[in-house]
Amino acid sequence: MSSAEAFARQLEGQRLRERVFRGSTLAAAILVLVLLGGVVVSLLHGAWPAFARFRLAFITQDVWNPVTDHYGALSAIYGTVVTSALAMIFALPVSFGIAVFLTELAPSWLKRPVGVAIELLAAIPSIIFGIWGLFVLAPLLQESAEPWIDAHLGPLPFVGALFQGAPYGIGFLTAGIVLAIMIVPFISAVMRDVFETVPDVLKESGYGLGATTWEVIWKVVVPYSRTGMIGGIMLGLGRALGETMAVTFVIGNAHHISASLLAPGTTISAAIANEFTEATTPLYTSSLIALGVLLFVITFTVIAAARLLLLRLDRRALASA
Amino acid sequence: MNRRAIRKFVNLLALGLSGLATAIGLVFLGAILWTLVKDGVAGLSTAVFTQSTPPPGSTSGGLLNAIYGSAVMTVLGILIGGPIGMLAGTYLAEYGRKSALSSVIRFINDVLLSAPSIIIGLFVYELVVVPMGNFSAISGAIALAIIAMPVIVRTTEDMLNLVPQGMKDASTAMGAYPWRTITSIAYPAARSGMVTGLLLAVARISGETAPLLFTALNNQFWSTSLKAPMANLPVVIFQFALSPYDNWQQLAWTGALLITFTILILSIIARVVVSRLSPGTGRK
Repeated sequence: MSSAEAFARQLEGQRLRERVFRGSTLAAAILVLVLLGGVVVSLLHGAWPAFARFRLAFITQDVWNPVTDHYGALSAIYGTVVTSALAMIFALPVSFGIAVFLTELAPSWLKRPVGVAIELLAAIPSIIFGIWGLFVLAPLLQESAEPWIDAHLGPLPFVGALFQGAPYGIGFLTAGIVLAIMIVPFISAVMRDVFETVPDVLKESGYGLGATTWEVIWKVVVPYSRTGMIGGIMLGLGRALGETMAVTFVIGNAHHISASLLAPGTTISAAIANEFTEATTPLYTSSLIALGVLLFVITFTVIAAARLLLLRLDRRALASA
Repeated sequence: MNRRAIRKFVNLLALGLSGLATAIGLVFLGAILWTLVKDGVAGLSTAVFTQSTPPPGSTSGGLLNAIYGSAVMTVLGILIGGPIGMLAGTYLAEYGRKSALSSVIRFINDVLLSAPSIIIGLFVYELVVVPMGNFSAISGAIALAIIAMPVIVRTTEDMLNLVPQGMKDASTAMGAYPWRTITSIAYPAARSGMVTGLLLAVARISGETAPLLFTALNNQFWSTSLKAPMANLPVVIFQFALSPYDNWQQLAWTGALLITFTILILSIIARVVVSRLSPGTGRK
């Protein structure tokens, strides 16, 4: 065998390995797409009996009765929307404050430890927030905050109904607070990274004109980073909508719609987590998977919108979220 | 009060409130960790690591089967999700860097990264549990693998992008095929970053509860079969915390302490590794 032949064979071997390696990376990458497709198909397949049976009434009816095998998701949808809305109301100002503190206010020796501490809050598993919410936060709210809310905000005209009722400790309000604690690290991390993309020269122009720190933040930094901020907020919203374990502990798992924020309720994810292994009829199981489809549609829309808004930014801004 | 004093006052007020917001965040972190230490340490004993979860009414028992189950499923999850995630990340960073397919995959991966984990649980239930006919440890591991994958895809891509183009060009100029350049030049250069990605993925999946509820379920007894339901810390914490028995609740808190500090330590190690890599990590 000549050396030219040996070389040709070696080259052929290299080409083969190249094809195999390239092919396997491509296959793995396509698997990511297939996974999402698989999630959609399998959920729709599992939910089909429920959707076929109840049609649109599944979304519009406030019935959840395993005894008569009749299911409507309205109370769960309501709970998901209310708890997420509460979480956003609590989390937004706090996240904004943290982002401002970390980018504009904190001395450099403090920035890193405080930033890491807030990020660690995001690493704690949701079930820990759940037991903490149930055993520490709920009794606290039940004894102090909720009686006060009932006594002072309950009698208000128009909005009073939101704040009336017995202090159970568990319910929409508690779930909203726990969710807020959970999403603050995500929103503030994105906001901080977005704020850091504001060119110094813009801020310095503001200071040069005699603006205070707050005026520079509010009139230069915030308008400049508006898109990214909205993206971060929606990412947090996506988390809140889909969060399961923390909410399951503190929501009370009652399938009904109450005007009061102090009352127990349920959310889509909490209902699935609580009832799935106890579902006794095929239609019951199918209805719970149908809840999963609803959750998927809602969160997919919100997360996809957030990602599109954030797409143009440096991807580092999202690495932690 | 003149206009200047008002502006100064508003400035101080706003900055004071932002400091307060940070304090609130830190207080909650501190409160949660304090509760875990206070209620968890009380239950720490050798029995926790040597005995299985107790039946109702018993006063002894530990978490051995749950710790074992969590470790097995987390390791299996990483063994399944890790290689696939790394290969996919390699495609995004090297072969398909600018292709349209890659932007779609990147977008879908980002969506999967934030998708609710309970949806993944339902998916694996339909995909594995229903055809198999029963809950099993392997289905739990698959669910965890699917949750770990997007994290690994993302960090692998980011870390490979940090490898200087000049190094890869030098390898190509010597006649190396791309696979040789990637495996012999890019991977070693990006190794610590990719290991960090794996650590973050471990941290992410070892506390996941929702996807295990209807895949691995739980098992009160010692079991090593991958085809049978397997105990795991998160689901044990969930069930024991909501139980009426004192020693079950105590074990739930101890389990919560173990899992949280494992995850925090993993996250801190990952951060230290990243900060050693280079300042300004990330793709522009």
